[in-house]
Amino acid sequence: MTPIDYFIHLDNIYLKAIIYVVLAPVLGGLLAGVDRKISARLQSRIGPPILQPFYDVFKLFSKEKIIVNKFQNFNVILFFVFMVFTGSLFFLGGDLLLVIFALTLAGVFFALAGFSVNSPYCHIGAERELIQMMSYDPMIILVAVGMYQVTGTFRVDAIAMYDGPLILYLPGVFLGYLHVLTIKLRKSPFDLAMSAHAHQELVSGLKTEFSGTTLALIEIGHWYENVLLLGIIYLFFAFNSFIGVAAMLVLYFFEIIIDNTYARFKWELTFKSTWLVTALFGAANIIILYYAMQP
Amino acid sequence: MFLKKSPWIIHYDATSCNGCDIEVIASLTPMYDLERFGIINTGNPKHADIFVVTGSVNESSRQVVKNIYDQMPNPKVVVAVGICATSGGIFRECYNVLGGVDKVIPVDVYVPGCAARPESIIDGIIKALDILERRLVEFRKAKTEARRQEKRLRRYHLND
Repeated sequence: MTPIDYFIHLDNIYLKAIIYVVLAPVLGGLLAGVDRKISARLQSRIGPPILQPFYDVFKLFSKEKIIVNKFQNFNVILFFVFMVFTGSLFFLGGDLLLVIFALTLAGVFFALAGFSVNSPYCHIGAERELIQMMSYDPMIILVAVGMYQVTGTFRVDAIAMYDGPLILYLPGVFLGYLHVLTIKLRKSPFDLAMSAHAHQELVSGLKTEFSGTTLALIEIGHWYENVLLLGIIYLFFAFNSFIGVAAMLVLYFFEIIIDNTYARFKWELTFKSTWLVTALFGAANIIILYYAMQP
Repeated sequence: MFLKKSPWIIHYDATSCNGCDIEVIASLTPMYDLERFGIINTGNPKHADIFVVTGSVNESSRQVVKNIYDQMPNPKVVVAVGICATSGGIFRECYNVLGGVDKVIPVDVYVPGCAARPESIIDGIIKALDILERRLVEFRKAKTEARRQEKRLRRYHLND
């Protein structure tokens, strides 16, 4: 029995929640560190240490707090709380649809945080964040619909314990989800709302006006989010936990390579390509599955 | 303690001839790779810890330099890169030039050279890290002092 199987079969939900809340930021931070190291290697640089994201966050906690607007921190804290809540719902084995709506709610609070300050950079960043949400949400809902069609349940723990390989039933949905994952992980062709690595036309986009502790909360929120997104990948390969973990790592590496080889898209192209992929792979997969699975 | 491991810089060109700017950018390239010290060029004063200024400041860039410095959260340090930023260089006698960044904001590290080499820029930024650590201690002290003052004011109802 692997640790992941053990976690899925754990009955005590309080223990599960504690394991998730403690382990997820550690894993997310390590992933971000490995991401930066591999990106540096791909650009033939030495790169920062693996623990660099943790150094950054601890530093941000010791900086001065500059608050330009009293609603700013309120929204960021709500974003953080809902992100942790979303991840907890998912890893406690809750309802997949509820997970998706809670994730959207967290995203909405993040965009509201951008709108609550006066900086035009923040505003454009928040608008682009909303456009990104509009692009990826249909596909993420289709993921839940597809998984329901195959397994007959929306509960994450039941889906994770399903014996058949979900990836064979839902290859199109999976490809669509990969496309959307690039947006959600804020990787290069679609990192419109914030500049993760380099300079851009929007200074730092959505997070321009956030500094110190608030910025650290945003970072940790994103670590929780990344772990949740990789968890959804795991559901496609849940029939074997080794294959599942391998798939998560390989696909994350794939995303890093995409990040380093693509220039940024404009928002029109992001929007159109995502909806095209959603219709072509996601919706088509679900329609075919509907007729194939009819008795 | 962690401040030293992840200093983020903001670079501003205060009427420089672009010689030093190119060298600052060069120290971020794979050849020198500043990111191996955890240094990121943020381009955003609210995220930055180190302010790297190049060029002899003149009347039109004076307010911008001051603005960026004021927007940076404490603790912060300023590194003047190039001989123009340290003293005005060959433009010192010009009528419109202030002659150095330290006429506008307090400077902590001076990196001379025309243009300053990437090695010396990196050396200057690494020197600034020690000053940044000291600033953090001072900042913490000032913060506790301010909190104590506020408590005292509240106790005697002096703040209404």
